Amino acid sequence: MKLTIALFGITREIVGRPTLELTTPDGHSVQNLLAELRQQYPALGKLSSLAVAVNNDYATDDTALHERDEIALIPPVSGG
Amino acid sequence: MHIDLTDQPIDITVALQLAEDDGAGAVNSFIGTVRNQSTGRRVVRLDYEAYDSMALHQLRKVAEQAQEKWPMLRQVVVIHRKGTLHIGDVAVIVAVSTPHRAESFAACQYIIDTLKQVVPIWKKEFYEDGTTWVAAHP
Repeated sequence: MKLTIALFGITREIVGRPTLELTTPDGHSVQNLLAELRQQYPALGKLSSLAVAVNNDYATDDTALHERDEIALIPPVSGG
Repeated sequence: MHIDLTDQPIDITVALQLAEDDGAGAVNSFIGTVRNQSTGRRVVRLDYEAYDSMALHQLRKVAEQAQEKWPMLRQVVVIHRKGTLHIGDVAVIVAVSTPHRAESFAACQYIIDTLKQVVPIWKKEFYEDGTTWVAAHP
């Protein structure tokens, strides 16, 4: 399946673009995705935290991803 | 409930008016502004970036959680800026109204504290000699 991942803040700068397209096996989990991205972009592993949002909510490691999900990487937030 | 994310200057007077309620004896607000230094470095300006749809969804959830914890809450107003801000600019305002004051302090603090933990907004500080994404690294 094809996943589109939106990138913000420092993750956008690390990857060098605002979205990332990945082809992954069906049923790929958040944990799988993070492991893959950390391998591809080692600087992601140096962040204080890195969460994944699916359809505007925080996902857990075992959340399964689907092709039509709105997926985003969430580096440490600093609003307010 | 009035939740907004804007690239325009926040009008504090308008925000406070949105929090007014005939059933409220207290309007409590928190205003976050841009400070001129951070960890000893002189700040020139800030850029706030938001994941708009998720930020609005999470802000609504925070406001709903506050309404569950303090059912007497009358109005909840949260407005956050995005884009480029300079020293003294208003970055965020939280305003709530309740019948009595104690709950207004508690609810207002809960909303700003939770916002800072969960809402996907990122602050990049610009100094005279560099930049940092705040909190990105340990």
